[in-house]
Amino acid sequence: MIDLIRNIFAYDFMRNALFASLLVGVACGLIGTLVVLNRIVFLGGGIAHAAYGGIGLAYYFGQDPMLGAILFSVLSALGMGVVHLRTKARSDTLIGVMWSIGMATGIIFVSLTPGFKADLMSYLFGSLLAVSDTDLRLMAFVALAVVAFVAVLYRSLQAISFDETFSTVRNLPVAAIYLSMLVMIGLTVVIAMRIVGLIMVIAMLTIPPATASLFQKDMKGMMLLSIGLSWLFSLAGLVVSFALNLQAGSVIVLVAALSYLAAAAVRKLATHPKVS
Amino acid sequence: MAGQAVIELEDVWAGYESDRVLEAVNFRMEAGDYVGLIGPNGGGKTTLIKVILGLIKPERGSVRVMGVSPEKGRHFIGYVPQIQQDDKAFPIKVWDVVSMGRLKTNILSNLHLTDIDKAVIERSLRQMDILDLARRSINELSGGQRQRVTIARALATEPNILLLDEPTSSVDSRSSSQLYDLLAELNKSISILLISHDLTAISTYVKTIGCVNRRLVYNGQKEITGEMLSGAYDCPVDLVAHGVPHRVLPSHQEEDDHD
Repeated sequence: MIDLIRNIFAYDFMRNALFASLLVGVACGLIGTLVVLNRIVFLGGGIAHAAYGGIGLAYYFGQDPMLGAILFSVLSALGMGVVHLRTKARSDTLIGVMWSIGMATGIIFVSLTPGFKADLMSYLFGSLLAVSDTDLRLMAFVALAVVAFVAVLYRSLQAISFDETFSTVRNLPVAAIYLSMLVMIGLTVVIAMRIVGLIMVIAMLTIPPATASLFQKDMKGMMLLSIGLSWLFSLAGLVVSFALNLQAGSVIVLVAALSYLAAAAVRKLATHPKVS
Repeated sequence: MAGQAVIELEDVWAGYESDRVLEAVNFRMEAGDYVGLIGPNGGGKTTLIKVILGLIKPERGSVRVMGVSPEKGRHFIGYVPQIQQDDKAFPIKVWDVVSMGRLKTNILSNLHLTDIDKAVIERSLRQMDILDLARRSINELSGGQRQRVTIARALATEPNILLLDEPTSSVDSRSSSQLYDLLAELNKSISILLISHDLTAISTYVKTIGCVNRRLVYNGQKEITGEMLSGAYDCPVDLVAHGVPHRVLPSHQEEDDHD
């Protein structure tokens, strides 16, 4: 096993994949916990798919698709945030609309762009083994930004997630905190997309925190355990995908999902040992 | 400080879009008061709270909290929302909930709890007699314990006014009377405004009673007045139908039942 792992990470692209997993794991563990606790998982999915519009547009105009993805995901996150703060209503319909507009725009501009575009699939399904040094730099930047954001605003984030009204009554700048949280979600979605693709970004945001919440009693514990679990899932998925020659992102998602189900089952048995 | 108005509403009309919920509401509460407002569900109790907290703007009329606008004055209010069964799943410890009462508007000063913050949190927990629960997850607590946590959080803001929304809705009757004893104790230093649909629960403990049902009837008296019952104001008859006497009934014995 050790030898296998040593062999695997002898390759540059595998080392990049490893670093990418670690960096994205940090961002996803922290931001995913906030997404789960604020019950905005669907919003995360919406942002990811809206980002595809930016990818298509950037591709058409010969720009870096990552740039388009960042722009679209951050703008759609802000748009959704403003709607949420203005209406207070459930905004799931609007998220659905944004979700499809992003995809449709992306697909149209991609099909308008002449030439070979196989790598576009990588944005949909991820391409962990093709992570470039530029990607790594972006991931490091986002991970660092997320860590700083959560470290500085931890108590405020906990408060608005737990009780938005009380936070408002205490005159916390709820809108500003909420919107900056959504921007961080947008950035995290973009870097997680490199690993599992935009279609499965939701898995990276939700499965580690959901698993962590089975064992942790506060937000801090959930965040730290989520990071650890993200690392574990990514590493295990990476090794398995290499050994079996399967697509890395999908294997990571499956490893995570199965681990979650197993943990939930164990937890259930542990709390109700007598129940058959 | 008695005689100073802590909450003042003048001719307040409020509601949502086409749905007007409050009409011509006048209300004045002074320092040291302990006011219970009753009213049926849908009668505008929640809207009244939101107006006082500056969460919705009235269509007309003026609202003053501690002499200033509600957006500023709410800083002096210890808000105790109704317990939502919904937030059960949120993983958080009692200490962390109560520490929210120490949050400052300047988010950068919320990095750490100061020694003063910690002392206030501890005092609030002790006042509600839940210091021993500080490290517990709120999801392990009973309804009554959770309600105490919420009140402790409000106390941690060091409020001039406590504003409680249906404080006993998810609390059994024994914990509920204990809760009211604690509130009576707190009223020695804090003005209290309590809103509930349950007259029998609050009537023993508050100093004065009013009724909200689109309009507000409040004369600073303890008795349910004929005016509250009159057709125009339509205070819910069922609240008084089961024989509420003028001096208002002493509700449950304190030593009884587990609900």
